[in-house]
Amino acid sequence: MSIVGTRVVRVEDEKLITSGGTYVDDLREAALTGAVHAVFVRSPIAHARISGIDTEEAKQAPGVVGVFTAADLDLAPLPTGPVTEPFLATDVVRYVGEPVALVLTEERYQLADAAELVDVDYDPLDAVASIDAALSGETELFPGGGVTGNVMQVNGAEEFDDAAFADCDAVVTQTILNPRVAPASLEVRGGSAAWGEDGRLTLWLSTQNAQIARTTVAGALGLDEDRVRVIAPDVGGGFGAKIGADPEASLLGWAARAVGRPVRWTESRSENLTAMTHGRAQQNTVTIGGKRDGTVLAYRIDVVQDSGAYPRAMFLPTLTEMMAPGVYRFPVVQTRSRCVVTNTTPIAAYRGAGRPEATAAVERAMDLFAAEIGMDPAEVRRVNFIRPEEFPYTTPTGGDYDTGEYAAALDKALEAAGYAELRAEQELRRAAGDPVALGLGIAAYVEITGGDANGESGRVDIHEDGSVTAYTGSSPHGQGLATSLAMLLSDQLGVPLAKITVKHGDTDEVPRAVGTFGSRSLQLGGSAIRQAADEVIAQARELAADLLEAAPEDLELDTERGVWQVRGAPSSTTLDWARIVSSAERTALSADVWFGDGKPTFPFGAHLAVVEVDTETGKVEVRRLVAVDDAGPVVNPLTFRGQRHGGLGQGIAQALLEVVNYDEDGNPTTATLADYSFVTATELPDFELVDMATPTTRNLLGVKGIGEAATIGSTPAVHNAVVDALAHLGVRHLDMPTTPMRVWAALNDVRKAN
Amino acid sequence: MRVSIEVNGRTTAGEVPDRTLLVHYLRDTVGLTGTNIGCDTTSCGACTVLFDGESVKSCTVLAAQADGHEVTTVEGLAGDDGELHPVQRAFREQHGLQCGFCTPGMMMASVSLLKENPRPSRREVREALEGNLCRCTGYHNIVSAVVEASGAEVDR
Ligand code: FES
Ligand code: FES
Repeated sequence: MSIVGTRVVRVEDEKLITSGGTYVDDLREAALTGAVHAVFVRSPIAHARISGIDTEEAKQAPGVVGVFTAADLDLAPLPTGPVTEPFLATDVVRYVGEPVALVLTEERYQLADAAELVDVDYDPLDAVASIDAALSGETELFPGGGVTGNVMQVNGAEEFDDAAFADCDAVVTQTILNPRVAPASLEVRGGSAAWGEDGRLTLWLSTQNAQIARTTVAGALGLDEDRVRVIAPDVGGGFGAKIGADPEASLLGWAARAVGRPVRWTESRSENLTAMTHGRAQQNTVTIGGKRDGTVLAYRIDVVQDSGAYPRAMFLPTLTEMMAPGVYRFPVVQTRSRCVVTNTTPIAAYRGAGRPEATAAVERAMDLFAAEIGMDPAEVRRVNFIRPEEFPYTTPTGGDYDTGEYAAALDKALEAAGYAELRAEQELRRAAGDPVALGLGIAAYVEITGGDANGESGRVDIHEDGSVTAYTGSSPHGQGLATSLAMLLSDQLGVPLAKITVKHGDTDEVPRAVGTFGSRSLQLGGSAIRQAADEVIAQARELAADLLEAAPEDLELDTERGVWQVRGAPSSTTLDWARIVSSAERTALSADVWFGDGKPTFPFGAHLAVVEVDTETGKVEVRRLVAVDDAGPVVNPLTFRGQRHGGLGQGIAQALLEVVNYDEDGNPTTATLADYSFVTATELPDFELVDMATPTTRNLLGVKGIGEAATIGSTPAVHNAVVDALAHLGVRHLDMPTTPMRVWAALNDVRKAN
Repeated sequence: MRVSIEVNGRTTAGEVPDRTLLVHYLRDTVGLTGTNIGCDTTSCGACTVLFDGESVKSCTVLAAQADGHEVTTVEGLAGDDGELHPVQRAFREQHGLQCGFCTPGMMMASVSLLKENPRPSRREVREALEGNLCRCTGYHNIVSAVVEASGAEVDR
C-alpha cells in the first residue's frame, strides 16, 4: 500500500523531542575546542559620520583576544544594488544595528563588558526614517554616488496612462501600507568558524542554504569554493531571512584566521530584531476601476519598496509587480515600482517575499471596489476570476499560471464557513446596534513557487544491506521535507521508511545545490530525488536481468515486497535490493542528478476570516479562520497542514499586531521581544482547513509549494474582515496592523466627521 | 562560586562566575544543550525548565539560586528506559513541532500545566502557554498535543 498521501509522523522528531536537537550554539565539536566568542559592536545611531574609533581600552579588558574595525579588514565591500555595503562601517553608519567593530573574548560573559569599551565618535546626520522622508530627498543616504535622491527606479512606467480607466463606472484609489515586520525566527542568527590544518575553512551556520552561503563566504574571503565547507546543523527557523550567508558569517571566517583560533557567534535577540533583515515594508497605491456589474476593466499598482539602508533585495517589488493581478482576468494591469533607501535595517525576503504584498494590495482593492459599487465582495471576485478552461494563462504582467480552480476554492471556503448565515448574523447584529461588530474578510490568492528558475540536486544510494541514503539539495529547517522525501522513496523503491535516511545541509555531502526558499523544496528537490531513484531503478534492472537470466524489460520491481521478479511469474525467484547491490561489486547503487526542467508553479486558495471588533475599545479578535489551500497532490497531510498552520499564524499576526517601528530619528522602538508584538497562542483561533488538490504538469510529482501560501492568503483575509466589521460605521480603509489604537482612532475620526 | 544542582536526578557541580544564569550552567557547565535561549528579555520561554517541579524560565534564574535544588530539563523527560513522556509522544503524534527550537521549553511548560490542570480546554492551554513563543506552528498543533497528552480526544 502506498504511504504517499497518508498521515505519517515525522522522522525528524525523535532527536528534537528528546535532546532538543543540535543548533549551531549547541555544537561541541572537537574542531571548536578552544574557540573564542564573538560579538559585534553595532551603531546605536541611525545616521552618523564616524569621526574616530578608539579600541585601546577594549583591547585591555579581561579576556579580550582581538578587537577589529574596518581599518583592520582587507575585504572588498559587498555589492548591494547600485551601492556597496561594508562588512564593518567605514566612514558613515546608516542604520541602528549596523556593525562597526568585532570583539573576540575567551569567555562568553566577557563579551558585553569588552564591547562597551569600544569608543566610537559619531557625528549625527539627519535620519531618513520613513518612505516619505526618503522620497522628499532632503537628506540623501548616498550623496554623490549610486542612489540619486534615495530612489532606485527598478521597473515600470514613468507615467501611468489614465485612458484605461475612461470607460469605468466606478474608480477607487487607495494607498495601502504593508508594514515592516521582523522574521524573528526563534533561533537567532549564529555561526562557528574553524580552519583546518589543510587550510580549509569549516563554517557551521544557521542558514537555509549551505551552498549559497559557501559561495558568498568564499567570494568574500577570496577563496576557491572547495576551500570552504559550510554545514547547516539543525536550524531553528528561517522564514527567508536566513537565505545564504549574512555579512557577519564571512567575518567569522576572517576573524578565525586573524586570531588563529575557532570563533563562535550567537547574536542577542535585540541584535536579531535590529540587524537581521526585515520583510515587507511596502507602500502601495492602487487604483481599480470597472463596471457596475462587477467587471473590473483596469487595475494599477504603484509600489514603493522601503529597502532599508542597503538595497539587498530589489527583486521584492519586481515579484509584487508580477503577481499584481492575482487570481483575476483584468484586461489592463499597470504597474511600476521604486526602491528607496532609508536609515533603517535592510529589507530582504520574508515568508512570501513580494507576493504577500501583491495579494494584500489586490484583495483590499477588490473590497474597495465592491463597496463602491455596492456588491458583495464574494460576488465581485466571482465575476473576475480567471476560469479553469483558460489555463495555462499568461497575465498582463507576465505571470505564466499553470493550473487553477479559483472559483471552486472560494466556494469551498464560503460553504465551509457558512457564509450566508454569517452575513445574516452580521445584519442582525448591526440592526440591533451590537457594540461588538462582526466582520467577514475574504482573500482569494495565487502565488508563485519554485520561481527562481533554478533546479535542484538529488542523489540516491542503495547500500549492501538494502538501506537507502538520499541527499537533497534542499535544506529544510522545520518543514518536514526529510519525511516527505523518505515517503516518496519508500513508495518508489519498496523500501520501508526505517531503512531510509535523508541528508542535507553539508556542502561536502551535497556539493551542488540551491537550497530552501520560495516553497521550492518538494517540487524541485522532490523531483530530483524521484529522478535519481528512477536512474537507480534502471541500473538495478540491468543487474537483476543478469542474475535472473531474463530480459531487462521482463523484470518488474514489486514495491509491496521490495523485490525484483520476472513479470507475470510471481512464484519465480525474487531478488531483494541487498542482493542486487552485492552483485554490483560496489558498495552502493547510486545516482546523482540535477532536476533542471522545473518551471514555477502557482498554488492558490481562498481564506475567510471572521472577526469581532469591540467598537468601544478597538480590540479585534479572530473568531474563525477557514482556509482552502491548493498546492496539488499532498505527500504528507501532516506536514502539509503544519505548513499551513504556521503560515496562517504569521499572516494573521501581520494583519493584527506585528510591526517594526522607528521613531523619526530612526531609533527602533520594537527592538526586544517585550516590545515587538510576536503573536502568542492566545491571539490565534483554532484553524479550520479545507483540502483541495489541483495538480500541475510542471514537475515529476505534480506538486506545488505550500510553505508560504497560507501566510499570503490570511493577511488580507483578516485585514478585510476588520474593515468589513466597521463598514456600517463609515470606515472604508485602515492600515495594518489593525491594533486597538488604530481601530479606535479610525472610529473616532468617523464619529467626529459625522 | 561553587554550586551543586540536581539535574535530571543526577548531582552536578561546578565553579561558575556569580552572575551565571541557570540556562548557561545547564548548557555550558553540565553540557545539556536541549534547553534553548531565544531572547534576552524573558519573553520567549525557549529556556523553560522545571525547578523543584515548577516551570521557570531558566534565563531569569541565577545558577546560585538553584544551588541545592532540583532541575528537570528536556533530556530528563523520557524514562530511564528511553520511554517517552506522554507529552513528548503527543507532540510527535500531533506534529506539535516544526523547527523544534521552542519545543523543549514548550514541553516543559506543558508538563507543568498538566500537573496543575490535568484536563485543560483548548482555550486554557492557549492561556497557559502564553509565555512560550513559537514561530513555526501557529500553535494549533501544540494545543492539540497538550490536549492529547491530557488523555482527551483530539479532533484532527
Ligand atoms: S531565553 Fe527567552 S525566556 Fe528565557
Ligand atoms: S517549532 Fe519552530 S519555533 Fe516552535
